[in-house]
Amino acid sequence: MPERTVHGLRHVEHVMGTVFSFDVRGPDIPALRRALDDAVTLLHRVDEVFSTYRPDSAVSRLGRGETVLEECPSEVALVLGLCEEAGRVSGGWFSHTPGGTLDPSGLVKGWAIEAAARLLREAGASGSCVNGGGDLQLCGEASAGAPWRIGVADPLRRGLLAAVVSGRDLAVATTGTAERGLHVLDPRTGRPVAPLASATVTGPGAGLTDAYATAAFAMGGAALDWVASLDGYEALLIGRDGRTACTPGFPRSGS
Amino acid sequence: MRRAVLATASTSALVVSLLLLKPHQSGAPQTPSPSPRGNGTPAAPAHRTGTFAGDPVDTRYGTVRVAAVVNQGRLTAVKVLETPSANGRDRQIAADAVPRLTREALAAQSAHIDAVSGASYTSEGYVRSLQSALDRAGA
Repeated sequence: MPERTVHGLRHVEHVMGTVFSFDVRGPDIPALRRALDDAVTLLHRVDEVFSTYRPDSAVSRLGRGETVLEECPSEVALVLGLCEEAGRVSGGWFSHTPGGTLDPSGLVKGWAIEAAARLLREAGASGSCVNGGGDLQLCGEASAGAPWRIGVADPLRRGLLAAVVSGRDLAVATTGTAERGLHVLDPRTGRPVAPLASATVTGPGAGLTDAYATAAFAMGGAALDWVASLDGYEALLIGRDGRTACTPGFPRSGS
Repeated sequence: MRRAVLATASTSALVVSLLLLKPHQSGAPQTPSPSPRGNGTPAAPAHRTGTFAGDPVDTRYGTVRVAAVVNQGRLTAVKVLETPSANGRDRQIAADAVPRLTREALAAQSAHIDAVSGASYTSEGYVRSLQSALDRAGA
């Protein structure tokens, strides 16, 4: 019995305008606790550097032309590079300059989730689930031999689940209108779009997965073929009429 | 900023989440044991039945307090004992958020899942109060 006990930590942190929760499992609790502290510090730093709500953040200043990329913290160039990759791969459906303003938020949160998860894994976590406002990075397993099980919120029926995803070493990101209203802009017009109720994308890392979920949501039904064409990514789309469609490899749990 | 949520005003540092509401009846202990709650000794109380009040938790919008209705260690309902009611907006936020959280808590448990994608769990006051109730229930 004791050897089956799962040890770990849970933590909730209010940062980046949302709630991050950590579920970290592993035997070395002091090491996990230190890594958790580091991960939380990292999230606050990412917020300071990237927040578009803070006029003094590096990204805000860069957007206003008050500084140049070379003078920003190195992670800014890294993130903007990933943003450009996401924009290229999505044929422009993801954009970090919606409406002409520099706003890498659609990728930053996922990137921060991924970076936080990496710290936990390096500290020896046997499994970790980092959830940033409903976007997740899963590492390892929930317990020995048991993959993580992640519910996908039903965007049309609050509190219910539309599907359950299970997997190891997986990122799950959902973009939708249910929680926060219209917040995805058509990068070409700068206006809100909502052909879908939600788009969930799974992939290896939360950074690009988060961006691809945003792109898929903006793209609408055509996103299914697009995501299916990407190596390592799968999608579940839920229409405003409640119909669902997913790519053949979507890691839906059970039958 | 439009956020119909209950949220704590301060930067939080909490060792709780809705995900702790998983049932324990599966045999294999799946919930990690945060050190404040003991380190996995087999002294966990037998599955209990009853209504367990949580701690009152102050939020930006007022005090939230809930009780967990537990049947043999399983969360079956959440009773709201106190929600923000200072003004119409607070009441509206509570009226919207609390039933949603209750459904989410119950849905999460019945589906036996570790987390939810696509939902922003910003209602920490609710979660904290519910967690303290569940701690009391030994659920």
